Amino acid sequence: MVQMNDVRMVYDNTSAVALDGVDFTINEGEFVFLVGPSGSGKTTIIKLINGEVAPTSGAISVNGFDMTAIRRRRLPKLRRTLGVIFQDFRLIDKMTVYENVAFAMRVVGASGRDIRARVPQVLELVGLEGREKRFPAELSGGEQQRVAIARALVNNPRMIIADEPTGNLDPVRSLDLMLLLEKINELGTTVLVVTHEKELVNAFSKRVIAIDSGRIINDGMDGYYGYETE
Amino acid sequence: MRLNRFFYLLGQGVKNIFTHGFMSFASVTIIIACLLIMGCFSLLTMNIDTMIDEMQNQNKVIAYVDETLSEDEARALEDKILAVDNVESAEFVTREEAMDNFESDYDDNVFENIDPTVFRHRFVITLSDISLMKQTQAELRKVDSIASVTAHLDYAKKFVTFRNIVSVVSVVLVVILIVVSLFIMTNTIKLATFGRKEEIAIMKMVGATNAFIRLPFVIEGLVLGALGGGIAYLLMWGLYELLTERVMTTMASGIITIIPFYTVALPVLCVFLGVGILVGVIGGTTAIRNYLKV
Ligand SMILES: Nc1ncnc2c1ncn2[C@@H]1O[C@H](COP(=O)(O)OP(=O)(O)OP(=O)(O)O)[C@@H](O)[C@H]1O
Ligand SMILES: [Mg+2]
Repeated sequence: MVQMNDVRMVYDNTSAVALDGVDFTINEGEFVFLVGPSGSGKTTIIKLINGEVAPTSGAISVNGFDMTAIRRRRLPKLRRTLGVIFQDFRLIDKMTVYENVAFAMRVVGASGRDIRARVPQVLELVGLEGREKRFPAELSGGEQQRVAIARALVNNPRMIIADEPTGNLDPVRSLDLMLLLEKINELGTTVLVVTHEKELVNAFSKRVIAIDSGRIINDGMDGYYGYETE
Repeated sequence: MRLNRFFYLLGQGVKNIFTHGFMSFASVTIIIACLLIMGCFSLLTMNIDTMIDEMQNQNKVIAYVDETLSEDEARALEDKILAVDNVESAEFVTREEAMDNFESDYDDNVFENIDPTVFRHRFVITLSDISLMKQTQAELRKVDSIASVTAHLDYAKKFVTFRNIVSVVSVVLVVILIVVSLFIMTNTIKLATFGRKEEIAIMKMVGATNAFIRLPFVIEGLVLGALGGGIAYLLMWGLYELLTERVMTTMASGIITIIPFYTVALPVLCVFLGVGILVGVIGGTTAIRNYLKV
């Protein structure tokens, strides 16, 4: 569960107002799209959720952690409840597909036995069976994206956050990816997807939070809102 | 593609071993140098301290008799000496006896046939209370026909000054060398962190603790530090034995007592390993500190 109350975010170095009084709640088990033009503050919201940055003012609670008072030492605990898929994948080039996913488990102290059992399971879920020994450079953009998803999923997070996951994908693959995220959501994980793609958003009847210039301009089930993309 | 990647990685690896290898060698060497200097100075100080202790515990002073006095006249002074406060006993030594002792001390022919007149008749005086040595010395000097009174304590004082200088110099040197060691160690381990900024950021994003991320780098520092400490210990041991042997074969052997290495071996080993490991671990921790602020 994510709850933001009147959150303002001004980056110290640029004094750009990234968020200007944001209020919303995402409940356990929800599937939510976050849409808005470039620079509207979408990535900032994600960074606030996983504790990469702290808000200038306002209150944020994520999976029971009070983000305005959280100690640095507790951040790993919070992050283990989240699976973040970055726009640029952020895979480790010198590790194979299998290692990229297994590494996320090793980092949180999973046993070798659990890793060997869990990783193939997740790779199968995202449709990467048979690609285990490849390096990221030997995969297509869509396959790399799936590795990032598998890595986000592998530790059974309570919430999956995807920042423009379809940015590099063609429409068919984008739809596939959304269907995968929907499947994951049906298995009980909360999902937050940041996207620009109107058609994709409208293909699902999900809750959409629309943001512009750091303010929420719409929040509801009525499809893509606001700013038009081609 | 596969093969290219393999050769590329192999090339990079070999290159890393050399650049990194040189720095590793440098950091171990500087730690060894630091520890050796630290060890030399501490052991020197310890030895001086032992000698000072020994000197101070000798409750004897020597009172030299005026050379114009004959042997009988000199002997007659004994009563006056015994009358001085704090004097327990006085043993008269003639100049001939003194010379014999001197010659046998040096076990050599160099001093054969020295004119006994260069030596003086003397009393070797034992005191009852060593803490009153100064006053007693002064009183003995007041006795007629006593030319001078010396105690080992006088030499001890000179040694104390020397010891203090050695201590100050060693503390300054050790501080400088530890700072240099830390600097080199940190930069050595930094080499291992290059190109892993992204990897570390990803680790943090998936919930790795700082301790987990630090571990490999801290271990690298620990191994380098322990290696430096171990090698320095062996070198120190060898050096100490060598110096001991040298000193013992010179004239000084009669005057100087040297602490045998085995009595200090364990503390030296512990301190060396401890300092080495500490420098390594701190170096490793500092090396990735900036990467952890994500
Ligand atoms: N690290 C930063 N330091 C300073 N200013 C920043 C930083 N990151 C973002 N900003 C500013 O904050 C505002 C919101 O940025 P944010 O990255 O949240 O936008 P976004 O909605 O994710 O955009 P996009 O769709 O292009 O990814 C922008 O004006 C941006 O310039
Ligand atoms: Mg963004």
